Order: sequence, then C-alpha cells, then structure tokens
Amino acid sequence: MTLTKKLAALGLWGLTTGLFAYALPAQARAAETAQVVKITASKFHFTPDRIVLAKGQPVTLQLTSADRVHGFMVRAFGIDTDIQPGKTTAITITPGKIGTYTTICDHYCGLGHGGMKMTIVVEEAVAKTSDAKVGGTPEMVSK
Amino acid sequence: MKNQIDRRSFLRIAGTSVGVGVLYEFAPFLERRPEAGEMNGYFKRTNGEAPASFTFAQFSDPHVGFQGPPNPLGTKAFESAVALLNQSPQRADFVLFTGDLTHDADSRDVHAKRMQLFRKIAGGLNTRAIHTVPGENDAALDGGVLYREHFGESHYSFDHKGVHFIALDNVSQGSPEVGPAQLAWLKADLARFPKTAPIIVFTHRPLFDLKPQWEWFTRDGDAVMNALAAYENVTVLYGHIHRHDVQQRGKVTHYAARSLIFAFNDPATNEDKKQLPFDRDDPFKDLGVRFVTESGAGDKAVALGVNDVALTKAEFSGLSGMQQMIKHNNSIGGSSSNDAD
Repeated sequence: MTLTKKLAALGLWGLTTGLFAYALPAQARAAETAQVVKITASKFHFTPDRIVLAKGQPVTLQLTSADRVHGFMVRAFGIDTDIQPGKTTAITITPGKIGTYTTICDHYCGLGHGGMKMTIVVEEAVAKTSDAKVGGTPEMVSK
Repeated sequence: MKNQIDRRSFLRIAGTSVGVGVLYEFAPFLERRPEAGEMNGYFKRTNGEAPASFTFAQFSDPHVGFQGPPNPLGTKAFESAVALLNQSPQRADFVLFTGDLTHDADSRDVHAKRMQLFRKIAGGLNTRAIHTVPGENDAALDGGVLYREHFGESHYSFDHKGVHFIALDNVSQGSPEVGPAQLAWLKADLARFPKTAPIIVFTHRPLFDLKPQWEWFTRDGDAVMNALAAYENVTVLYGHIHRHDVQQRGKVTHYAARSLIFAFNDPATNEDKKQLPFDRDDPFKDLGVRFVTESGAGDKAVALGVNDVALTKAEFSGLSGMQQMIKHNNSIGGSSSNDAD
C-alpha cells in the first residue's frame, strides 16, 4: 500500500471512529452522543404520546410513520417537519428550558387529524437519570 | 413616482363582518382622488376596467357535510348567509370563499356530493361571481384533485375595478404551506404591478404565526409576506380559525372571517383549541350575524388600529324564526365526525 493510500485509509478510519469528531459542527457532535427516542406516527396518534427529556442533554428523535405522511411540529424546539412512511426522520435537539411542550401533526391526515398530538416534558437533568422516559407520568427522581 | 397616493385614505373597506361572512365595500377612493390618476390609468390600460367603488363579500368555512354536536343544523347557517346577502341592499359584485367549503369525508363519492351541495347552495347567491380557495378539508388528502374538478385552479389572480385579488392555496400540499412553485408564481404575478397597487390576498390559513400549536399558521407564510412586502396597500383575508380576528403586521392588515358552521374558542385565553358548544336558544351564536357599517373616518368604534381600513359594527338580530324551528325540531338527521379545523 502506498503512503497516499495508507493516509487515505487512516483518514477513513479516523472519520468512522470519531477520531476527527472535534472537527464536526456542534450539532453533529450532539447527534453522535445523543440518546435516541423513537416516535411512531399513525392516524391519529403518536406513540408514545408523552416523553420526558432532560434539560441540556442532547436527544435524537427518530420519527417514523406507520401509514401515511404526518407532520411533527413543536415550535419551542424549532421543529416542523414531515414524516414520510418508509423513512426515518432523525432530529437532534438539546432541550434548553424546563417545561411541557405540545407537539402536533401539522400535515393533514384525515378526519381526526385535529386531535393528533403528543407531549414533550423537559425536566431538570439529574445525574444518572438522563435517559429519555416514555409514556405515562414522568418518574420523579429523589436526590 | 410623481403622485404618491396617501395610504391613509387609499384603501377603505366598509361592510359586514357578519359572522356569516364579511361584506366589504370599497370606497371610491380611486375614482375621486386626483392623486390616484396614475393608478387609474394603469388599471384601465391593463384590463380595461377603470377603478370604481364596489362591494364584495367573504364567506368562510361552511364545512358542507358537517353535522355534529357543535352545530346540529348542518348547512342552515350557510343557507341563511346566502339569504342574508341576497336581501342586502348592497349587491355584492362577487363573493370570496376562504376555504373549507366542504367537510372532509373518507369516501371520495361522499366528498364529491358535498362539493356538489356546496355549489348548489352557493349558486343561490345573488352575485356575479364566486371565487374560492380550498381549505385542508377540501384538498389536503388528495393534493386538491377533487377540489380542482369542482372549482378549478386553487391559486390564481384577477383584477376588479382597480383592485388586484390573489387567491393563494396553503393547504393542498397537506402541510400548511404555499410551496416554492406557487411562491414563484406569486412573485411573477406581483411583478406586473406598481408598488402602490391595492392588493387583496385571500387564502385559508393565516399567513403568520397566529397560534402555531393550534395549527394556525403557514410554514412559508414569511416568504409570502416578504414577496408582498414592497407593496404598500395589501390586505389579507383568510378563514380557518372560525372566529373574527384582525391583526396589523407591518403594513398589512390580516382579517379572519367567522365560519358558517361553529366557532373556536379564544386562542389568547385558552391552552387547548375547542369548538364552542351549540346554543339552542341562539343557534348562530359565535357564528354571529353582525353588520358592519361604514360611518366615516375617525369613528371611535373602529378598533383596528390601521390607517387604510375603517369598520364599524352594529348588532343585528332577526333570527326568531330560526330559533323557533330549532326549538320545535329536536331530531335533525345526518351525522359526521365532529373533528373539524
């Protein structure tokens, strides 16, 4: 292998292993380290319909559709996208403010569309408890 | 430009915010004001129609086919609005419908029948023309195919007696957006006009963030308004929110019309969107039947905070016959999902 090829191979290895991650934009780095929350849209629900995120912890929302095109809009996080069936739409965010945020489907999907929404709760980050929680009432973590 | 037209008196609208629609009257500002000679000449040259005063009406969201708890009367409000307009001493040159002409249906055949019923009722209007734009209930599921079969193109423009009207479709793509192709068309359409041309845009959804979490916005509304930004006399008429609303955004005034089916609650004081309940003793409550009459500049009843438009309001009542009918008819047929936007 020539020196050029060796350097090229080294570069490829470095990129794939994160060696050069420092050169990536902050958003890309956040995406690499973010936890993943999977959300499925179908007429006329999001599953889960409630997630709990930790303030300041990056999280990647992996959005899929089980039937047709849906929307996923929550202005507080600057998210407004369509979810195409057969494709995963990934969005990485770092919630910066504690609160409860309503997400709606804003791609009309039929009678019942108006009620298609979910809730994103952002809580104070607590050590060892930064995993995104889904469904039900958020767990309270005692210090 | 040699003759600057005074915006304060340029575009004047009087008329009925009727809940059953809105009746607008254009004061003859162009035909009377000497400084408007340039605009008069422009419209006469471009379409052979000299500016003149005229009246038109805006109806919105009749949701033909809907029948549910917030309105068990179906098309009665729509039919009453038609009768009301026909009885008006001011004949409307045309009527604009700002979307959700029909309530969505799972079956294409049922939806087509609703569009035919809409055409039948609207055909009773004593007016020369009807111009429509779709709402999401009409066009969002099939990309506007069925709508176009019944009503023609979903975006277009026309001139009328010195005013340029632009119909924008912000529903047919499923998402609340106009889209790049229509935006390019809009820019090309506008390019023909001088910056002082009076322009009225009519569409279904608000072109600004009125209440995004209630889906009261248009994704690329800012791009639309940027395209219009250079024009000095722009008014936007829209529906979708099922309640009267007037907002001044920069130089542009945005008017929402009440619906002809039921009203939504106040977004300023409520977290969740809800249909207001039906009131048997006041069946058109919140749809409202309210005349707006012009009473001249400086009227303190005008609370629009704008320079170009003057509206005043006066209550109207005359629904006793309808109330009697309601009280004596407890079983009105028909059914539909009560999910409506």
